[in-house]
Amino acid sequence: MAINEAAVRLEGVNKAFGSFVALKSIDLAIEPGELVCFLGPSGCGKTTLLRIIAGLEQQTSGRILQNGIDVSHAPPAARDYGIVFQSYALFPNLTISQNVGYGLVNRRKGRTELTARVNELLTLVGLPDAGAKYPSQMSGGQQQRVALARALATAPSLLLLDEPLSALDAKVRERLRGEIRQLQRRLRVTTIMVTHDQEEALSMADRVVVMNHGVIEQVGTASEVYERAATPFVADFLGKVNVLKATALGGGQYRVGNVDLTLPVNGNSAGDAVRIYLRPEDRHVEGDIASLPNRLRGRITRIDYLGTFCLVELRSEALGQPLLISYSLNQLHDLHVREGVEVDVALRVDRVRVFDDSGTQRATA
Amino acid sequence: MSAAALPVRNASAASRLSLAGEALAARGGIVVLALALFVFLTVPLAMLFARSLEDRSGAFAGLSNFAQYVNSPSLAQSTINTVMFAMLTTLVTVPLAFVFAYAIQRSCIPFKAIWRNVAMIPILAPSLLAAISFIYLFGNQGALKFMLPWFGLQTIYGMPGMVMAMSFAAFPHAVMILMAALALSDARLYEAADSLGTSERRKFFTITLPGAKYGLISASMVVFTMGVSEFGVPKVIGGNTNVLAVDIYKQVIGQQNFSMGAVVGLVLLLPAVAAFLIDHAVRRRQQALLTARSVPYQPKPSPARDRALLAFVGLISVLLLTVVGMAAFGSVVKFWPYNLSLTLTHYTYGFEEAGIEHAYRNSLMMALTCGVLGAAITFAGAYWLEKTRGANLLRPIIRLQAMLPMAVPGLVLGIGYILFFNAPSNPLNFLYGTMAILVLSTLVHFYSSSHLTAVTALNQIDREFESVSASLKVPFYKTFWRVTVPVCLPSILDIGRYYFVNAMTTISAVVFLYSPKTTLAAISILQLDEAGAIGSAAAMATLIVATSAVVTALLFALESVLIRRTQKWRNTSKN
Repeated sequence: MAINEAAVRLEGVNKAFGSFVALKSIDLAIEPGELVCFLGPSGCGKTTLLRIIAGLEQQTSGRILQNGIDVSHAPPAARDYGIVFQSYALFPNLTISQNVGYGLVNRRKGRTELTARVNELLTLVGLPDAGAKYPSQMSGGQQQRVALARALATAPSLLLLDEPLSALDAKVRERLRGEIRQLQRRLRVTTIMVTHDQEEALSMADRVVVMNHGVIEQVGTASEVYERAATPFVADFLGKVNVLKATALGGGQYRVGNVDLTLPVNGNSAGDAVRIYLRPEDRHVEGDIASLPNRLRGRITRIDYLGTFCLVELRSEALGQPLLISYSLNQLHDLHVREGVEVDVALRVDRVRVFDDSGTQRATA
Repeated sequence: MSAAALPVRNASAASRLSLAGEALAARGGIVVLALALFVFLTVPLAMLFARSLEDRSGAFAGLSNFAQYVNSPSLAQSTINTVMFAMLTTLVTVPLAFVFAYAIQRSCIPFKAIWRNVAMIPILAPSLLAAISFIYLFGNQGALKFMLPWFGLQTIYGMPGMVMAMSFAAFPHAVMILMAALALSDARLYEAADSLGTSERRKFFTITLPGAKYGLISASMVVFTMGVSEFGVPKVIGGNTNVLAVDIYKQVIGQQNFSMGAVVGLVLLLPAVAAFLIDHAVRRRQQALLTARSVPYQPKPSPARDRALLAFVGLISVLLLTVVGMAAFGSVVKFWPYNLSLTLTHYTYGFEEAGIEHAYRNSLMMALTCGVLGAAITFAGAYWLEKTRGANLLRPIIRLQAMLPMAVPGLVLGIGYILFFNAPSNPLNFLYGTMAILVLSTLVHFYSSSHLTAVTALNQIDREFESVSASLKVPFYKTFWRVTVPVCLPSILDIGRYYFVNAMTTISAVVFLYSPKTTLAAISILQLDEAGAIGSAAAMATLIVATSAVVTALLFALESVLIRRTQKWRNTSKN
């Protein structure tokens, strides 16, 4: 095995169910010790891709390499991984210890060694005294940790997590997110997690693989996919975004309604119809706005109170379409933002994305 | 070779070997199951088709048997009688069962558990029991014979007795389906109707009845099929009214005319298959009717309605118990209705005289074998089919074959078995006339429902167990034994009970396959009835009911003990 070999390498993986194409020529390399999230809406193929890596589904074509070894046609048991399912799939009639030790019994280890390993794993997931209980006696979050301990018991080189947190309450989910991430860093186990929850993906992953309709839209770190979305889908799927219909005037100048914006983007020729993707937080609302470029004046028509940050709908005659911008709670109070008042904002354009109508992105400055 | 490398290589070779073994076990099980269904179900039925095109000597005769059938007035009359019998039985049974099920599911009558169990009693009895009871009550020496003219009848023999006895036998099947249909309800529909000020009557006709529509169709099809393929009831209480099932018996056993038997069998298959297909289509739609978000309906007390329904349910229950009680009582009186002193001679001397003293023991042995083997084979088969990988071409073929017995009347299967196993050239010929062939035919005859029960149980457990085991390098058959079987134990016991009770009570397939040495209790009722020993016939019927009831009760007890002892995980509360 070469030192710089990818932990998992996918080469041209396709999957069709009858005439339905679930995955289209997927190429991806996952580095050892990395936590990668497959993120996308339901039906985008992310779970199918995970199951193909696990050998639970057979790809229609393409290769899967694990640590440089071709496992494309190996049955699940011949691949090296641990897996946690959304349902946890804990054996209900076995105790927590028996569940965690399920894969160890087969490896002809001594009873004392086995017990020691099970206890070590239960301690690792923070359930040192739960061994004698049955799964039905535990909460969802605890069952999730047991499933994780069971998957890690045989010290696999790859950990697969299939929507592991989606069956849990919001609070538990947030806590477990951090715990899983910490555990993964400590054990340095290569991990692939499937999720439809963007917050989960952005907060946990080293790299996020954004998928849609069976193709990978973008691969990158959280800030890369959020701040530098490669496609309209990625920009739209992650977070909130304003989509402004505009016409390019050439030289980084764009016209939205009657407003001319200067963007650090060039590549559109004058007259091109484009869409400008601008996030609600890309705005200046405090300080000396008058000296900034790309200013707007508008009336506040609606406030969605969301807590730390609130979304405000701004209507500006000149712009010709409503614009969502965000205020922090403090700004909302300090600047006396209320429905009906007129405010000045300056758009912050350094993270703005411009796509032409076909979805192709033009070079950014 | 370094010392360190050796164990590693051995380990990987061993694991490769065990993987090959696992794949072999998965595919092997599938192949065995497909082969077994093919040999013991599909080929015998195919023989039936082939034989229907041959003359008595075995030469190809084309459709001449069918022409002869159509031109024979007595057979044509039988066809009309059969359809009439099945339709009347459906018209009597389904409305009664609907009201009964409605009372249980949608009213606030007391003692629901008791009524539900009483309604299931006919399942424990051979269908002949009701026929015998009605002869005791309304027959030539019947205690209630004087009541017949009230209903414009001269005699109970013939269509009236057949329909009454068959309705008794079919009642629990219709009640079960309709109870299930009425259990599926969405309380929110009723709440919406209430908020719009809808009358009870209008709610019944616009919500309840349409909701139970598929259940009503399904129950009708099941009862109709039972009627079409029933053999025992018309034989005992049919008098001069011939039906197809009895004709088959006469053609095959009486005249040894296998070709004509096969033709009549195929004719019998038509309505059964049609009913099965309709039922199948209907059940699919029923599943789509309810969403996961539906809120179950909780009936509210309504004194007038509840009193009326309680009276109805009570009356039906008394009737059902009377039918069983009459047979039991008849079996212990010396000479009905003239000498009512109590005696056990019908059980002792009566059986001996007819030469069937071994029939009960045979039945018990066969039913036990069917229960144990049937539960094991059916559950393992369903598991291999649903949860293993590989041999994917065979799987749809197995699924189709597994559903086939539901559409095939027992008599038709029985003739297929004679044709196939009695052929001297068949290497399996040695099975003919043995207990083994009785067990086999019974397992096949009742395979579909058992298979569905097993599949349902398997689909209720987490579908990723096998995936998890594979990732932990534990072969699937270990997980089957350590997890799946313990988790599904209640369903496995259910399947065993179903096979046992049906093996005790069935006549249809085995009536062609028993030998003097392997005669069965339910079949001996026919023999006793033909010999005029109605007291002993009632005795044997009573014995069967009692045995089924005792075994059912024992299995329930065993189930609750097992659940308490080995399945403490099941009912533990979260903490």
